[in-house]
Amino acid sequence: MASLRSFLRSGKTFVILFVVTSCASVFQVNVRDALNQAMDEELERDERVFLLGEEVAQYDGAYKVSRGLWKKYGDKRIIDTPITEMGFAGIAVGAAFAGLRPICEFMTWNFSMQAIDQVINSAAKTYYMSAGFQTVPIVFRGPNGSSAGVAAQHSQCFAAWYGHCPGLKVVSPWNSEDARGLLKAAIRDDNPVVFLENEMMYGVPFELSEEMMHKDFVIPIGKAKVERQGTHITLVSHSRCVGFCLDAAAVLAKEGVECEVVNLRTIRPLDVDTIEASVMKTGNLVTVEGGWPQYGVGAEICARIMEGPAFNYLDAPAVRVTGVDIPMPYAKILEDHSVPQIKDIIFSVKKVLNM
Amino acid sequence: MQNMLTLISNVFRLGNASKNVGTRMVVSARSFADFTPQASFPIKKCDLHRLEEGPSDEALLTREQGLQYYRTMQTVRRMELKADQLYKQKIIRGFCHLYDGQEACAMGIEAGINPTDHLITAYRAHGYTFTRGVAVREILAELTGRRGGVAKGKGGSMHMYAKNFYGGNGIVGAQVPLGAGVALACQYQGNNQVCVTLYGDGAANQGQIFESFNMAALWKLPCIFICENNKFGMGTSVERSSASTDYYKRGDYIPGLKVDGMDVLCVREAIRFAADYCRAGKGPIVMELETYRYHGHSMSDPGVSYRTREEIQEVRTKNDPISMLKERMLSNNMSSVEELKEIDLEIRKVIEDAAQYAISDPEPSLDELCNHIYARDPPMEVRGTNPWVKLKSVS
Repeated sequence: MASLRSFLRSGKTFVILFVVTSCASVFQVNVRDALNQAMDEELERDERVFLLGEEVAQYDGAYKVSRGLWKKYGDKRIIDTPITEMGFAGIAVGAAFAGLRPICEFMTWNFSMQAIDQVINSAAKTYYMSAGFQTVPIVFRGPNGSSAGVAAQHSQCFAAWYGHCPGLKVVSPWNSEDARGLLKAAIRDDNPVVFLENEMMYGVPFELSEEMMHKDFVIPIGKAKVERQGTHITLVSHSRCVGFCLDAAAVLAKEGVECEVVNLRTIRPLDVDTIEASVMKTGNLVTVEGGWPQYGVGAEICARIMEGPAFNYLDAPAVRVTGVDIPMPYAKILEDHSVPQIKDIIFSVKKVLNM
Repeated sequence: MQNMLTLISNVFRLGNASKNVGTRMVVSARSFADFTPQASFPIKKCDLHRLEEGPSDEALLTREQGLQYYRTMQTVRRMELKADQLYKQKIIRGFCHLYDGQEACAMGIEAGINPTDHLITAYRAHGYTFTRGVAVREILAELTGRRGGVAKGKGGSMHMYAKNFYGGNGIVGAQVPLGAGVALACQYQGNNQVCVTLYGDGAANQGQIFESFNMAALWKLPCIFICENNKFGMGTSVERSSASTDYYKRGDYIPGLKVDGMDVLCVREAIRFAADYCRAGKGPIVMELETYRYHGHSMSDPGVSYRTREEIQEVRTKNDPISMLKERMLSNNMSSVEELKEIDLEIRKVIEDAAQYAISDPEPSLDELCNHIYARDPPMEVRGTNPWVKLKSVS
């Protein structure tokens, strides 16, 4: 230190070389933290926003998504509820009627079935029934779809169930950027939003740019994103399966097949335009989802493609890759074979392309 | 003095019989100064549950209040009867659950709370829609499904909304957690308002009501839970549906009171008591209003297969809420037969005009079909019945 001081005092000019690193900073953020930060920022931004659900406060969230929020915001804004889904979902909707902006957490979406009447009949339909008089600015969120080893009653995907209903917006993020931007958009939206997370994605880290870390970063609800450009076939997916599609695309690229991967981001309203544009470019379509095939998200996409301009560009029938049409079994080998794997996507692509 | 004036007015009345229509004489020459400005009435004591004391057993009624309550209840009565008529003419369709007989509940509640307080009920909602401020013509036009209806014809009988009035709810019991949620918002916003949350004896066994009781008590929500016990859930009497028919006690750890729902003053005093209780931060309270509906469950129910005509008639003659108020006012010289008759005529005209409006107003434009899906969103496309029909939706 003393030598440095004397050096500086000596009056000698010197040139200090800076090694300039790339000026854009990136942040490693996992999906859980992305959701947490999004809620934190929205709670801070608007005092009408509050969170209620089982274990969201003192337990820091069953899956730790709301960690730290109760400590920061207290009992008034982070509310632990008894195990009474129908009751607390209804209470949340009533609070939304009367001017607040609740975030209602279902510990998993399986439990939402206890409260589904409040989501559909009290929340989704009210703006229409009242001819625009009564808004319902509520977000219902929680983990959806299969997890690991939690068996039949805890593994159902509800994208198709809620995606069926007019009046709802249904959102299904894949990565941290999706989670952050879509949750903020959902909380700021004046409509009831069903926000389908995925427990197995919570711990997965992704890179977020500085722009994405801005407190007003929102992703528009109702717009899909092309995650990977391709020319031979379109893969349309949502949530965790988007990652599988990208993995499958990487494998297929080695064989000269370039897949275009579309991340739906929103189930309802469905961004048909982006899907159609992609299919019109590639001529082939495979949809990939974790849920059951009958009356599912993939079924809807195929029907829309049939009914629209993209049909004329199809070189082969569109097909769906889905979960197996059974309740989710427990044993690992059975569970692994109940959900779409990367090899299933690759297989289906090759079948469609007649390889 | 009184007799003298009556004599004079009689003379005038008789004298007018042959006069032509050009001149009009006031038939009743009694001036307002004759009427008693206010009186105190003893009211039935409420049965109490977990309460040391209840509402006062005496109610003060001013002449103005009496006339206002009479006018309101009579309006609701005539409006419901008009709806009955229009339904039988097939001008109203679908569900129509009429409120006649229960007017004292809606009026008493409104008299005891502020317009800034909140209220939510189930599907027998026309009375509350009126007391919460919606005009008769907008209610009837909603029933006939016209664009001038309070929900532009898109809601119907069970889905009418107004400021601080959250309907009109079709799913039995679902409105109770909603009401508790409104109460939570009141508490959260610190505005000293309460939410009156109504349900029927049929709904009283719903699990979600007990879930609401639990959270309301736990968090001390300013929620007044009110069971309108009209003795029948559709065709099932309370004895056949409920192991315990003490609906005011069903809140268990929540204090409750049982109120004569046919007496508008009883209801008013009780709701005042309940609102004070809630506003004091003591938490929720349960009220049971004993009342009766003259009509069946809905217009498709004649209402006599599960109860006797004699029973209905007995209530009409001995316990009608409007007659009770009328008798009180007349016997205490707070009004006159003529004055009330004039009010009846005015109401008749209001109802007739409203019915005319409801019949002649056009149906909603087809452009409206897909509107109001999302709030505050840019216009979007909605699929019609087939892929070639693309409809427009605006907020």
